[in-house]
Amino acid sequence: MSTETYVLRAARPLGGDPVDVVLRGGVVAEITAPGVADAADATVVEAADHVLLPGLVDLHTHLREPGREDAETVASGTRAAAAGGFTAVHAMANTSPVADTAGVVEQVYRLGEQAGWVDVHPVGAVTVGLAGERLAELGAMADSAARVRVFSDDGKCVSDPVLMRRALEYVKAFDGVVAQHAQEPRLTEGAQMNEGVVSAEVGLTGWPAVAEEAIIARDVLLAEHVGSRLHVCHLSTAGSVEIVRWAKSRGIDVTAEVTPHHLVLTDELARTYDPAFKVNPPLRTAADVEAVREGLADGTIDIVATDHAPHTREDKDCEWGAAAFGMTGLETALSVVQQTMVDTGRLSWSDVARVLSSAPARIGRVDAGPHAQGRPVAVGEPANLTLVDPAAVRSVDGTRQVTASGNTPFAGVELPGRVVATFLRGRATVLDGAPVGEVVR
Amino acid sequence: MRHLLSTADLSKDEAVLLLDTAAQMAATQSREIKKLPTLRGRTVVNLFFEDSTRTRISFETAAKRLSADVINFSAKGSSVSKGESLKDTALTLHAMGADAVVVRHWASGAAYQLANAGWLDAAVLNAGDGTHQHPTQALLDAYTIRRHLAARSDRLPDGAVDGVGADLAGLKVAIVGDVLHSRVARANVALLHTLGAQVTLVAPPTLVPVGVGVWPCEVSYDLDATLDGWRPDAVMMLRVQRERMSGGAGAFFPSTLEYTRYYGLDARRLALLDDHAIVLHPGPMNRGLEISAEAADSERAVIVEQVANGVAVRMAALYLLMAGEDSAEGNDL
Repeated sequence: MSTETYVLRAARPLGGDPVDVVLRGGVVAEITAPGVADAADATVVEAADHVLLPGLVDLHTHLREPGREDAETVASGTRAAAAGGFTAVHAMANTSPVADTAGVVEQVYRLGEQAGWVDVHPVGAVTVGLAGERLAELGAMADSAARVRVFSDDGKCVSDPVLMRRALEYVKAFDGVVAQHAQEPRLTEGAQMNEGVVSAEVGLTGWPAVAEEAIIARDVLLAEHVGSRLHVCHLSTAGSVEIVRWAKSRGIDVTAEVTPHHLVLTDELARTYDPAFKVNPPLRTAADVEAVREGLADGTIDIVATDHAPHTREDKDCEWGAAAFGMTGLETALSVVQQTMVDTGRLSWSDVARVLSSAPARIGRVDAGPHAQGRPVAVGEPANLTLVDPAAVRSVDGTRQVTASGNTPFAGVELPGRVVATFLRGRATVLDGAPVGEVVR
Repeated sequence: MRHLLSTADLSKDEAVLLLDTAAQMAATQSREIKKLPTLRGRTVVNLFFEDSTRTRISFETAAKRLSADVINFSAKGSSVSKGESLKDTALTLHAMGADAVVVRHWASGAAYQLANAGWLDAAVLNAGDGTHQHPTQALLDAYTIRRHLAARSDRLPDGAVDGVGADLAGLKVAIVGDVLHSRVARANVALLHTLGAQVTLVAPPTLVPVGVGVWPCEVSYDLDATLDGWRPDAVMMLRVQRERMSGGAGAFFPSTLEYTRYYGLDARRLALLDDHAIVLHPGPMNRGLEISAEAADSERAVIVEQVANGVAVRMAALYLLMAGEDSAEGNDL
């Protein structure tokens, strides 16, 4: 536990009135009028006009370790997460070996603890080896030191309806949730990009919206039937928003996420054949972008999750058809949300705290206990905090990201907002906009 | 023109210039000495990541008739390491000083990447990329159509021979077959539209891409109605890959017999055509599937002539990209 004391001078919690926030003993110790808090023996962070948010929580991160340490490690990925304002990430299960046993999820959990940048919550695979054939030992993963609550075959869809039903039912025993990568496999064989006007022209095999929507429709009905909780990963189409809206109106226990890139980028970018824009689910149309923004604004979509998917250069510096799916996102997520939702007046900073912190923490069941995340900015709460300068503008450079991979779709793009500082239980992981050394706990 | 990547990039003037230059090239090919000194000392690399003996030989012939040095680089088989091979090959060709690269690739966009990724500075000619584009095929098709039918065009210049100087305004072209997977169809739709022709695509609905609605053409599912009612001046039959009907539930049509019944060009359908109408096929043909032997061997078929015209069109493309318009004067065409 950190013994250091920080005074965040004149910060604006959730964009509200300026206050001094004192972090001591790992918690928010005091909140006072601006300029009032005693700075003796404390490190003062000048935070005038900066927005103070609860530490961000990502429900969808690919850390690549074990197996693809050439693209990312738990250490490099979580350092990037801290730089992006995160204090907790959920590490997806599609590693090598797959995180489908208590042993692998505990390994990832320990690596996260050792790295110390953010809390790492491993996601367990739903099926053995992500093969979609039989359930992995979900109970063992839930009972392990990693206390897994989110289960996903992400990268692959649990397409078998019986298997999906069993998974939805089974995880109720330990209040788990199945996070579905909604992609009907037969409708997307060989798929390279959104199916529509652009794919027809550029000659890349289409990934139709219906392949996502059909699975979501099936799954919300299954969740209703068995009374389970369902989470929809990276929802990307207008039709998916409609289905989730309908499901919620029926009282079905479903939550949904959208990625930052689906909030702003469209399939028109495939005309460049630049694999930086190749991602799964694919970038959709401008109408879909508007629909997911609307869904996020009206609460149909509960959270923003990065789907941070680092890839080595050789997996991206090639033909579109040969390139890997995915883009980095941890260090640009908050800026994209600010640009698309806050600066446009569709979300307040308080809403940002909800969609990027409290709601994902609640879905992942990491919102209670000594390592609680996504808590209010209030005295006595764990000091998991992110300080943002919303007036800053920065140009994204893939080669200068903290993540070990450079595959950002925003290279050369100017984005608003900069994470100035991140605190994990009162310890600074980021100060002056840069990660704080190699942390030893 | 710096590269020839897609017919959609061509203005009408550029397209007509390519066709007119091809006509000049064709004229030289009836001489006893067919070889021109135009590209002497220049190097053309045929970079083929996919088998295509016909297209490669056509480009090779075209380059040699212009006195260029030709290097054939067949990278097929290295598709296992497909990722890096395009970039590494490009860097290699750059280091060797290739002046033009003719590329055939299984990946849509490969030619675009070669031209734009900064890997090499040679002129890039797209000889077919995935299911995207095949511009020289469309140009040779347009050249062939113009030679035969320009007299029927709305805007034929006075005294034109073989349609030189003309576009294809007012002509009607039906493109029949597997549009979904066809780079030939995409290249032709864009070029024929630019040249002023009207296009109708005819195919079973499973072989028409979603998103076709914004293409500058009509779509028909009924070949008989199109031939009989619309009365095209030219009918272009596309090759149907037999594997399109494999894959069980994923097959695009029930059987080859049913395909032939509804979309094959046979003697009966041939007889529906107007007297002046011509039949094209990019080859290689599946006789008995999309085209019957009677149709393929009929007097309307210009399929063999397409092959000869392909050399002239590719000479024109190489010439315009490598020698440039400025140096056209004084060349012994």
